[in-house]
Amino acid sequence: MQFRLLKDKVLSKLMLLLTILSVSVVLVIGIGLYYKSIPVLANSSWWTLLTSSDWKPLKGLFGFFPFIMGTLWVTGIAIIIALPLCLLSSFYITEYAHPRVRKVLVPFVNLLSGIPPVIFGVWGVLFIIPLIQNHIAPHFVEFSTGYSVLAGGIVLAVMIFPLIVSIVCEVLNTIPKELKEASLSLGATKWETIKKVYLRKAKPGIIAATVLAISRAFGETIAVLMVCGNNAAVPHSVFDSGYPLPALIANNYGEMLSIPMYDSALMFAALLLFIIILLFNIISRVILARLERKLAA
Amino acid sequence: MIRRKLEENFFKVLMLLAIVIVAGSFFLIVGTIFYKGVPFMNWDIITKIPGGGFYIGKEGGVLNAIIGSLYIAGGATVLGLLISIPVAIYINMYLGSRNVIANSLRIAFDVLFGIPSIVYGAFGFLIMVYFGIKASLLGGIVAVTLLVIPILVRTLDEVIITVPKELRDASLALGATRWEMSKVVLRQIRPGIFTAILLSFGRAIGDVASVLFTAGFSDNIPTSLHQPAATLPLAIFFQLGSPVEEVQGRAYASALILTIVVLIITVLSSLLAKRFSKNKIQ
Repeated sequence: MQFRLLKDKVLSKLMLLLTILSVSVVLVIGIGLYYKSIPVLANSSWWTLLTSSDWKPLKGLFGFFPFIMGTLWVTGIAIIIALPLCLLSSFYITEYAHPRVRKVLVPFVNLLSGIPPVIFGVWGVLFIIPLIQNHIAPHFVEFSTGYSVLAGGIVLAVMIFPLIVSIVCEVLNTIPKELKEASLSLGATKWETIKKVYLRKAKPGIIAATVLAISRAFGETIAVLMVCGNNAAVPHSVFDSGYPLPALIANNYGEMLSIPMYDSALMFAALLLFIIILLFNIISRVILARLERKLAA
Repeated sequence: MIRRKLEENFFKVLMLLAIVIVAGSFFLIVGTIFYKGVPFMNWDIITKIPGGGFYIGKEGGVLNAIIGSLYIAGGATVLGLLISIPVAIYINMYLGSRNVIANSLRIAFDVLFGIPSIVYGAFGFLIMVYFGIKASLLGGIVAVTLLVIPILVRTLDEVIITVPKELRDASLALGATRWEMSKVVLRQIRPGIFTAILLSFGRAIGDVASVLFTAGFSDNIPTSLHQPAATLPLAIFFQLGSPVEEVQGRAYASALILTIVVLIITVLSSLLAKRFSKNKIQ
């Protein structure tokens, strides 16, 4: 009898320990990355690091502005493409599709979420790049290799489709049926119901999904690395090549230990990504958790 | 009136178009990979390790990367399970499913889930430099374990919640300790555990950014934890960058292998999840 109780107690303490350890990984990552970026921060201020465009590792000059802009361009394009498509798709799936059609559609969206990033990258190189180079870019600019922030944006957009669709569908399903029926019985068409009732009701959920998608796009590395062209300059049009932050980290890991401060600068880049994504994630998760609680109450 | 009908139909068409693009992108990707990969597919690729002059188009295959990926994904999933099963039990059985701390922990794991693999990779690299470990199988497994723990915890957690409260109450009422109650619940969610394993394995086998710094790359199959290991996604990435046509072709074939493996895993896990929802006590 005593032994069983003792076992329960010991195991519970062990599990508590494991739980604390695995959650505190967030803190440890933050502290570790900050600790490693102290040398580069001692050399130049946060402000110079973030706004300077001088990227000359050999001279100890680390200006992250082109990379930050590269990330923003790619993420922006991805969201602009993905959000309307995903919202419309979610409305179709939850409101218009026949249950049987829905049963066929939803698994494909799930399958898409299982495809590894590197496959998206290969697809980008094989399909999107030639498409841009031969069919899209010639209409707008004289010459483009296809390796551009637009290619990165398109690939990222496809990568975040499943994320947005699944969250928005879930949020739409939580909207009480009575609201929809009331609106329809007053003579509104389905689309008017969506526009005036659903969009308003689902707004926090849609915002949370978007923020989550932005943070996913921010941190995506290999697919973007493969299609963006990786040129350390601020892009001025969608056909310019860009060099997003994660691609910078991934591309230079080989030489970072041979140049002084380079490793510190790259860890600073990782810290930057970590902080931004952490904030975005916390915001959207808190919104979603609150929605869920409201539903449970 | 006509304007409203027109608007309705206009948006209906738009929605159809959107869903065709979203669901169709899956076929477009898999189709592209199959179309490019199948012509380069042969037995050598999956049964041989790179021979001499492999990267200029000579003999060999990517067996080293396939085995390396399996080792890393398998090792990380096992390690991750050892950590996340106790965590999921603790959150649900000891804290209670609707406890404030439990909910905060869930948000914390969701946030961890959102942290990109490149950050885990950079962090894993930091740890390895700190402890003086070289890029190796061990380093890769540790970094990928960090990556899959949040997935495992949240999947297990969601499965455990579906176990009826009465079952827990009944075992407690019979005098079981919370640990003994957990064993009852664990038996009940066994298919759910398999779903979690598949999900984590699928994520682990496809990830590049976390193993880039930590596992290194090698043309040989690793025989100990301290040797560097190649991974399939990394092999695809390196070969695709080559100007030699044969090497690029092998990248397409490797991409095809990875896609098939991942698709099988995803389909299996969703089938299991479906069976699970059918069997569970309501």
